[in-house]
Amino acid sequence: MKSRFRAGDAVSVRAAYPPGHIRTPYYIRGKQGVIERICGEFANPEELAFGRDGLPKRPLYRVRFRQRHVWPHYSGAVEDTVDIEIFEHWLEPATSKAMT
Amino acid sequence: MSEHNRGHQHDHEHARTFQRDHDDGGPLPYLQVMEIAVRELLIEKGVITPEQIRRQIERMDARGHSRGARVVARAWTDPAFKARLLANGRAGCDEMGISDLEALHLVVVENTADVHNVIVCTLCSCYPKPLLGLPPAWYKSLPYRKRMVREPRAVLKEFGLELPDDVVVRVHDSTADMRYMVLPRRPEGTEDWSEEKLAATVSRDCLIGVALPHALKQ
Repeated sequence: MKSRFRAGDAVSVRAAYPPGHIRTPYYIRGKQGVIERICGEFANPEELAFGRDGLPKRPLYRVRFRQRHVWPHYSGAVEDTVDIEIFEHWLEPATSKAMT
Repeated sequence: MSEHNRGHQHDHEHARTFQRDHDDGGPLPYLQVMEIAVRELLIEKGVITPEQIRRQIERMDARGHSRGARVVARAWTDPAFKARLLANGRAGCDEMGISDLEALHLVVVENTADVHNVIVCTLCSCYPKPLLGLPPAWYKSLPYRKRMVREPRAVLKEFGLELPDDVVVRVHDSTADMRYMVLPRRPEGTEDWSEEKLAATVSRDCLIGVALPHALKQ
């Protein structure tokens, strides 16, 4: 499968709240970050959780977010970040540039 | 009779091969009941023995962070190895001949003069067990998982690690298939040390990112 994003791309995490076993933390939904790296392709945990094979595999990314963007009251340094693994189907191209 | 046998009418020897992470005295969760049921069936049908279960639990418990510390010491003494390790953590471990890595997909994150890294799994307790052993209880606790991601500097301070504002803090939330290990900075005054002696400076907490290695006092 061809990955949709590359390292350095600005992305938004979908602000969706489907039921089931989701590996995208609530706190990052709707936030914007930058692709830190492509991790490879992995079976979809949302399918594996229900005993299915999770195929086709999905591209998995590490996405870097600024803490000040994620937590409005964050008191640490402006440059502090949180990096999170997110599957491609949870990502969209960013509409603004929160990180750049 | 231990807590986990509540609701069971028998007290076979094999029941005691099981151990809980935390004994909070609450009712057994569904999956825990299922685990006990499957284990007892496997034993009754002769698929595995209680002794095999016990040995496997003891083998897993005995794994410490020594392999992670060895990888760090190699990276400190061999810049070319360090570059390969940072590019592909698993390949670096394979290169050192570390066995039983299971399906480990490893990302090694490097501390520098300007950046400090720390690992958390907010969704559960993902941890690079083949390299670090079992995670400490605090790593799996809700307070660590909730707070490390949103106020890392305050939590690090509670661990005794106060970082200046000009050091960037990078939190790594282990949410999917990758596992993380911190490559700490080599302590000063260790220039002529052997890999073995260097590895001894690397505690488990250094590899999670809540402590820094120090040259041991002679």
